[in-house]
Amino acid sequence: MSADSTAAELVSVQGIKVHFPIRRGVVLDRTVGYVYAVDGVDLTVRRGETYGLVGESGCGKSTLGRAVLRLTEPTAGRVVFDGTDLSALKGEQLRSMRRRMQMVFQDPMSSLDPRQSVESILVEGLRAHGLDKSRESTAKRLRELLSAVGLPTTSLRKYPHEFSGGQRQRIGIARALSVEPDLIIADEPVSALDVSVQAQVVNLLEELQEQFGLTYLVIAHDLAVVRHISDRVGVMYLGGLVEEAGSDDLYAEPLHPYTRALLSAIPVPDPRVEDQRERILLTGDLPSPANPPNGCRFHTRCPWKQDTKCSTERPELREVLPGHRVACHWAEDIRSGRIRPHEVRAELVVEDGISPDVPLVGPASVTEVLNP
Amino acid sequence: MALLEVRDLTVVFERKGEQPFTAVDHVSFDVEPGQTVGLVGESGCGKSVTSLAVMGLLPRRGARIGGTVNYEGVNLLALSDREMRDRRGRDLGMVFQDPLSSLNPVIPIGVQVTEVLERHRDMPRKKAMVEAEDLLDKVGIPDPRRRLSEYPHQLSGGMRQRALIAIALACRPRLLIADEPTTALDVTIQAQILALLKELVQDMGTALVMITHDLGVVAGLCDEVNVLYGGRVVEKAQRHELFAQPRHPYTHGLLNSIPRLDAPRGEKLSPIRGSVADNIPWEQGCAFAPRCPNALDVCVQRTPEQEDVGGGRLLRCHNPVQPVVTEEVSV
Repeated sequence: MSADSTAAELVSVQGIKVHFPIRRGVVLDRTVGYVYAVDGVDLTVRRGETYGLVGESGCGKSTLGRAVLRLTEPTAGRVVFDGTDLSALKGEQLRSMRRRMQMVFQDPMSSLDPRQSVESILVEGLRAHGLDKSRESTAKRLRELLSAVGLPTTSLRKYPHEFSGGQRQRIGIARALSVEPDLIIADEPVSALDVSVQAQVVNLLEELQEQFGLTYLVIAHDLAVVRHISDRVGVMYLGGLVEEAGSDDLYAEPLHPYTRALLSAIPVPDPRVEDQRERILLTGDLPSPANPPNGCRFHTRCPWKQDTKCSTERPELREVLPGHRVACHWAEDIRSGRIRPHEVRAELVVEDGISPDVPLVGPASVTEVLNP
Repeated sequence: MALLEVRDLTVVFERKGEQPFTAVDHVSFDVEPGQTVGLVGESGCGKSVTSLAVMGLLPRRGARIGGTVNYEGVNLLALSDREMRDRRGRDLGMVFQDPLSSLNPVIPIGVQVTEVLERHRDMPRKKAMVEAEDLLDKVGIPDPRRRLSEYPHQLSGGMRQRALIAIALACRPRLLIADEPTTALDVTIQAQILALLKELVQDMGTALVMITHDLGVVAGLCDEVNVLYGGRVVEKAQRHELFAQPRHPYTHGLLNSIPRLDAPRGEKLSPIRGSVADNIPWEQGCAFAPRCPNALDVCVQRTPEQEDVGGGRLLRCHNPVQPVVTEEVSV
């Protein structure tokens, strides 16, 4: 790797895996299996760009985001942040490194302490990282932050419940900004907001990026929003990246069958478009990440599935077009139209020996798909 | 006469020591068999309260309901609790947003489906079970027999929503009210459920009231769209007309604030400023005026009346967005 490309990369995720153990038994606490929430993902985020991570619930996108920050400890693989291997850091070193990577969460109500005033929320980070030098400089910084996110200075004495959803998300963004990070990981930053307010927050994120030269990793399920703000987009399915491309390329020519189905499923607010659209309706549900299918993870629902390879070999993410990586054995044939889609019968997902009463360790989004 | 005629439906919530709150304010719409009518708006616009009022599910205490809801000429609001219970599930079906909280977690799916059949169609248990299996199969649940004995938490979100639709359809109601039926679901599952609802309307002639905040869903599904803001219908039009030429500044703003998959990238979104918290009461003028880019002085002085502006469109606005003459309206 040349020195030039390393300098352009801010985050490099290499073969990261996050497996949550499924435990059973009270006295004899044994592990009966694993939820393969993230199962081998490689990606890089360049300095100053916005990388969008999309996928449906349970695909592991949030877990991946948390693993990048080591909020969830990865089972394998490593994350290199600006030349430093995060997995080698411990305690104080990791803590001070976290100043440079911040997170904005989905639900601004549950990620802000209801008993903390806005001032206290914003000062906390400054203090933790020793940026709270003098009273005047802190007061000035707080004013800057509030004006950057478009909140009045009177907000400082108020508490989260006094704000609307959009304003609360602004507080969450100001909190992330307070320590002058290089990277902001935003996990579903607008999905809890009303449509008219979503656009305000999307615009704000874009303005802040320009103003402060931020790098974003945006995790969302809404492909239209992700396309709008991202430079590059990665699509996840069952713990793995299935396609990655520049935002325009991905939407202009999706190559992976899953991406095609996903894009065709999104409703467009225009009846003329809706009436003429051909939908690729996927049958069945997402298979359980505790018992993912062999071979290509998507082969159980794929309308382009072929008799060879698909159910036996797991496809690697490979560059099919310049800057366009796809994890599909047949990407070229699908692109050229040599392989046509066919009917898929809904396959029943067989119980995998994990009864639903087993409490899951890990994020709530995975529990949903454990027992389809 | 339409199958369902809602006229001047008004719901006021009253609480001791507090100002009464008007959640729904003179809302009127008709639904014909085989027609899909959309109620669209953001949180707090009164769309869900409208559906609960039609279904008679609002509490007697605390909620004052005015206007009429005529179903085949019978005013549902005037019926007794007992009479309403007979109709709910038989004539009127409802699908709620969150299938996990609207299914009983401690009762198997099968019992929850057969319950309706036994209550309304007087079916014996055995026969009801066979019918229930058939219903689950119809809504696209694989291996329905096994599912009958399972509990809601054993089903995925999409399956639960299908089960809920199966329950709502058990007695082949002529009217189905779906309150954000796909909001809790992933897009690929949403596409499946919407296709299912569309099929129902087309094949069985069910009248569907679709309540949603997602304009994309409306564009694909609804024949007529009612845009609600602050409890009132601010614009009502056929879907092609509405999307080709939104006239109310709110509808216009909503459409402009969503990023679209088929539009060129890189343009800034134009959001509606402020939030619902900025609304003024309708009595003082137009509730949307503080957020409206078109607002005039009159907007905060006089309440706009609903006007028929032609082409089957009703509009409640003093200064609507002027139609673009050059754009071709394809119907």
